[in-house]
Amino acid sequence: MKLNDLLNHTSEWLKGTGPHSDIVISSRIRLARNLDKFPFPHWADKKQSEDILEVIEKARESIGYLRSSTLFKLADLDGLDKQFLVERHLMSHEHAQKTDHKAVIIDDEEILAVMINEEDHLRMQLMQSGFNLFEAWNAINKIDDAFANELSFAFLSDWGYLTACPTNTGTGMRGSVMLHLPALVMTQQINRVLAAIAKLSFTTRGLYGEGTQASGNFFQISNQVALGHSEEEIIENINSLIRQIIEQENQSREAMLSKNRAMLEDRINRSLAILKSARIISSQETIELLSMVRLGADLGIIKDIDARRINELFIITQPAHLQKIENKKLTSQERDVKRAGLIRDRLNTH
Amino acid sequence: MLCDVCGKNPATVHLTEIIDEQMNELHLCEECARQKSSQMESQFGLSDLLAGLADFEKPLSEQEAESAKCPNCQLTYAEFKKIGRLGCGQCYTAFKKYLGPLLKRIHGSNIHFGKSPLKASRVIKKKTDLQELRLKLQKAVGMEAFEEAARIRDQIKELERNKPVDS
Repeated sequence: MKLNDLLNHTSEWLKGTGPHSDIVISSRIRLARNLDKFPFPHWADKKQSEDILEVIEKARESIGYLRSSTLFKLADLDGLDKQFLVERHLMSHEHAQKTDHKAVIIDDEEILAVMINEEDHLRMQLMQSGFNLFEAWNAINKIDDAFANELSFAFLSDWGYLTACPTNTGTGMRGSVMLHLPALVMTQQINRVLAAIAKLSFTTRGLYGEGTQASGNFFQISNQVALGHSEEEIIENINSLIRQIIEQENQSREAMLSKNRAMLEDRINRSLAILKSARIISSQETIELLSMVRLGADLGIIKDIDARRINELFIITQPAHLQKIENKKLTSQERDVKRAGLIRDRLNTH
Repeated sequence: MLCDVCGKNPATVHLTEIIDEQMNELHLCEECARQKSSQMESQFGLSDLLAGLADFEKPLSEQEAESAKCPNCQLTYAEFKKIGRLGCGQCYTAFKKYLGPLLKRIHGSNIHFGKSPLKASRVIKKKTDLQELRLKLQKAVGMEAFEEAARIRDQIKELERNKPVDS
């Protein structure tokens, strides 16, 4: 697979299918693992970093699950390519910085991504569409076992998997669920919900993980605690929290439909109208308007546009994607024009 | 290193005395240091200074923690505190006594109950099973569920009887 092949592909997690996919965009499990013979990436010298990458590359070749995957060395990619992978949620923003001896393994379906030499030697993530953490866990668990067959991981029976940062020690697992909560935002109940989440030792982030702002009513919720509970317990804890948030979002959606239907329909249809006719549009405005259209589709107010088409627009209207599609560098102003054109094309054709 | 005075217990207090420009190093166990302390107090009134030097209640002074170093990757505990990242897997063993309380503060627990790598899984499975049972036993005793506690105690005995656990 070549990097540009991804342009014509819809990531599994964008398909808009799976349980509760009207509110839960995607479910992701990430595992952090380290080789026991080497210093962690930030503490390894040049030679050691090279060796780490080589050892993991070798291991990959013997793993059946990774037969239809591609390893990209970050040193071989230009800035645009790296940004492109970040926008597709296939690697972190941090991974795109200082790229010596770093790599990412991506499977053809874009379900699995394994970062090499990020904060830990291995950061493997599995993303599913909809509310599906257990399925994601079962799949990544097998891949983790396959790696453990080839590599010797840093592990203590008392403390579990040993990671560069002690906040990941133990299971090395982070389960994250991406939620679309427009009704809780519009009814101004979101702060109450977020405060409750923080009290329960879960974290909320924006679309692109650590340090990013919530935009377009998207919130990513994940566990903070990695030690003292089994993976299944941690997932069950996240699940029960997410079930409550889904319930609250649904109640808010119903309340708006019954009390403010005209206002809601107006806002959704105006959002769609702007997207269908704008000639210049920023990425921030795009996300906000698409969020309303997505809500309209979920509530049956908009009937002829499905979740998948909207989800795809969220991804392909981002800066690196636009430039990849155009196959050239674009200034911010040029991007705003191209973005508006692309959205019109996609929304005006059936 | 054993105590210079009694020669029996490990020396945990290290003193440098300078008398008439003669430097003397003394390595004492906790008990002998206490005696030395009261002796010196009556002689020189230096009790405050000594109390500061030998903080008997603290397991290890802050300074000792800071200078602790991982023998594998050479990262010191002071460096860890500065950068917030450990240097390698063996740092966890090197800094075990400081990291235990830290992990507990972060996660609310410092005992792993999750999966383990396949190769190590048999030995570790047993260890974690034992840990889990011991925790259950504590809980049962706490709730005065003595029948349940007895049943768990038997399970622990049974598990311990089968082949010794590697550590």
